[in-house]
Amino acid sequence: MKFDLKINGTARQVDVPEDMPLLWVLRDVVGLTGTKFGCGIAQCGACTVHLDGEAIRSCVTPIGTVGSAEITTIEAVGGSPEGEKIQNAWLDLEVVQCGYCQSGQIMQATALLRATPKPTDADIDDAMAGNICRCGTYPRIRAAIKSAAEA
Amino acid sequence: MTTEKTTPTFALLDPVRSAAISRRQALTGGGMMLAFLAFGRRKAHAAGEEPSLRAIGDGTIDTGDAFRGFAPGGFIRIGTDGAIQIIAPNVEMGQGIYTAEAMLIAEELEVGLDQVTVLAAPPNEELYRQPILQSQTTGGSTSIRGAFVPLRQAGAAARMMLIKAAAERLQVAAETLRAERGRVIDPASGRSLAYGEIVEDASRQPVPQDVPLKPKAEWRLIGTPAHRVESGSKVNGTAVFGIDVKVDGMKVATVMASPTRGGTLKSVDDSQARAVPGVVDVVRLENAVAVVGDHYFAALTGLKALQVEWDPGENAALDTATLFADLKTASETGTPILGRREGDPEAAMAGAARTVEAVYELPFLAHAALEPINTTIHVTDEGCDIWVGTQVPTAAQKVAAARLGMAPEKVRLHNHLLGGGFGRRLVADSIEQAALIGKQLRYPVKIVWSREEDITQDLYRPAYYDRISAGLDEAGRPVAFMDRITGGSVLGAYLPDGLPEGTIDSDAIEGAADTPYAFPNLLVDWVRKDPPLPVTWWRGVGPTHNVFVVESFMDELAAAAGEDPVDYRMALLKEKPRAAAALRLAATRANWGESLPPGTGRGVSLHGAFGSFVAAVVEVAVGDDGAIRLNRVVAAVDCGHVINPDTVKAQVEGGLIFGLSAALYNGISFQNGAVEQTNFDTYTQMRINETPPIEVHLIESEEDPGGIGETGTVSAAPALVNAVFAATGRRIRKLPLGEVDLTERDTRAPVTRGKVPA
Repeated sequence: MKFDLKINGTARQVDVPEDMPLLWVLRDVVGLTGTKFGCGIAQCGACTVHLDGEAIRSCVTPIGTVGSAEITTIEAVGGSPEGEKIQNAWLDLEVVQCGYCQSGQIMQATALLRATPKPTDADIDDAMAGNICRCGTYPRIRAAIKSAAEA
Repeated sequence: MTTEKTTPTFALLDPVRSAAISRRQALTGGGMMLAFLAFGRRKAHAAGEEPSLRAIGDGTIDTGDAFRGFAPGGFIRIGTDGAIQIIAPNVEMGQGIYTAEAMLIAEELEVGLDQVTVLAAPPNEELYRQPILQSQTTGGSTSIRGAFVPLRQAGAAARMMLIKAAAERLQVAAETLRAERGRVIDPASGRSLAYGEIVEDASRQPVPQDVPLKPKAEWRLIGTPAHRVESGSKVNGTAVFGIDVKVDGMKVATVMASPTRGGTLKSVDDSQARAVPGVVDVVRLENAVAVVGDHYFAALTGLKALQVEWDPGENAALDTATLFADLKTASETGTPILGRREGDPEAAMAGAARTVEAVYELPFLAHAALEPINTTIHVTDEGCDIWVGTQVPTAAQKVAAARLGMAPEKVRLHNHLLGGGFGRRLVADSIEQAALIGKQLRYPVKIVWSREEDITQDLYRPAYYDRISAGLDEAGRPVAFMDRITGGSVLGAYLPDGLPEGTIDSDAIEGAADTPYAFPNLLVDWVRKDPPLPVTWWRGVGPTHNVFVVESFMDELAAAAGEDPVDYRMALLKEKPRAAAALRLAATRANWGESLPPGTGRGVSLHGAFGSFVAAVVEVAVGDDGAIRLNRVVAAVDCGHVINPDTVKAQVEGGLIFGLSAALYNGISFQNGAVEQTNFDTYTQMRINETPPIEVHLIESEEDPGGIGETGTVSAAPALVNAVFAATGRRIRKLPLGEVDLTERDTRAPVTRGKVPA
């Protein structure tokens, strides 16, 4: 089936099965590999992207359900004020280690900051608990979100 | 100019000193190092590669022929345009080694980190053999220990050659010149030359044989917190991990191996799979089947549509209870292999005022790096290209070559960033499998394992059954210490030729035979009981297992003696001032001894693994429902000279979380031969809402660098169970903790005292 998508501000047409998860459309068809595959069952958050600004797990989002929603990925999230603040805070506090989960962490954190400009620890826990980091960068993620909120 | 005549820096610069370091460090190290010393020497000869910069032929690096400029050895290349490339001998898997190794070189080369690009080394044992492991391998927390001297020497030699070239150009004495930020400066005249202007002249200079290094007082990079060289690419999605590789004409495959280890493929009906839109091929291997598609979704949908019959093989009935029962039987009836004996432990035990005994059990563990296992491969008549992230590029090259019936140099392995290693990517099993799949196809294919495949087909950290005992004198001090370890041999599984029966596996006893404590009479031995499953290294290797047992038991001894756990340890550390200092600092910063509410407790652990000393204090609250809440973690670290202090702290923070996560939740179990955990819903990981504040305090030290990447993981589990004991009176001797019902309490209050020991 043909789908007309809006990805990072650009119109893209893809011809894929309607039950194909957005993750694989982005990675294997469109070629945007910044969005990561971690589990395939919405347990780790590595695949997080924004649909109309809201963080969703692209590994369980069939392309047929995306419709005309604006898709934003890690490659373009820095174009928004919140995304830029989050990325800068991530760099200032040296959050990343292996970095594989960080696309998803940043997408999730950006959505949090947009919805809740001054998040508390509880807000951060609620928003970020779906994103696994096997390197254990959680303390720095927490600090970076707070730093971004002050920026 | 050509680069053919340059000489590999690791090999050339002060080989005597490097060899002395490797011998000394090998002696103080454990199983991991010994494994590679044995393994690496054989591989180095087999690799047979020319020590030439032609070897740097990765897609991301200009080939030797194309490169014009100054390339003194394998680590540094400066182009005529002044661009400076550093080729890191170790792989980047989160531990910050690209940055730390670049700092070592840049310190002496007199360039800024902002002026360099760091690239992955291609497989080349001559150029990139790690001095301690004696192979091109990243593991065992050895990278900085091995690189500390040679990489600084590489930078200094290059700088000396550049200065010499500049001196000839400027017609002044080399001694009057200095280098700074990629320029050679003549302070007398104010003239200066950029490195890029003199690279061709520098290439003609003889490589200096005497390469003095800067004293610590002159370091401007080493010891200062540096931003990571690759973090920019990791926050904007441009970092390329192995799984992100794109090759023209590439298809995507996913694979399913026999759910029971040792099982084989009996039959496959692929008619429904082939009908799935986008499915291109179905590939059969002896023990697995792969479906190739236009994209992963087609491949996965095709894989699910296969009708597969397996011959389950000899592990058809394997279950966890039997595995542990076998370990217990082996521990009680097997023949132990001596690890270390001091004094007369039997007599001391017999003559002790009292004895304490305990049995500890540890589970199999998966690695579950967040980047699932993957390999991209293209096999042609001329050779093979492999794009992957591996801790063992030369071993991977060799095994692929063997499977393809090619000479190793025909296999061009392009190494990438690793989305986590933790020991999993020290094994090239998936690259070997990729070679067998790629061999059957005429186009490039990216093979991506599902998370389920990644967890169920992992090579696990082995399970252990350890019986530990001590004899105490009237004052409660240990006069005899015995640890009978039982489990599989990781070293035996790793060495190509295995470990002969009856030979001690140094990994099996590391962390038990070499505790920081003064035990006058000691016996540590090991009963080898290999499970019928592949096992391998896991973050923290031997010490993660043994330090958990020893440090938990030290708490038991303190309790038996009626002493505070910190005081009790401190009294046994009179000959280990670095260990004592770490313990003292951690206890102080953790407010050790200050009272806590009921149901709350602090636990401590101490170790000297990987040439570093780490003490950690974990504070927990255990609710009436038995739920454990981590309140706080404090660690004190003496790892000798620190290269990048921010990375050291990050590694200890992350290492602690890695260990806490496993201790709380993880154990791989088997039922009817198959692994019961399949994804992050059943192989649970700690999340941000469970993570406590973590403080890491570094101790200033003039000692040689110790390892750091695995130290925090080693500290985690014992400090956690000791904290649970302090909170509840319950001694946990079997991991993971999550399987223990903590609603039952032992109301006898654990002993703690009111101040931090002097």
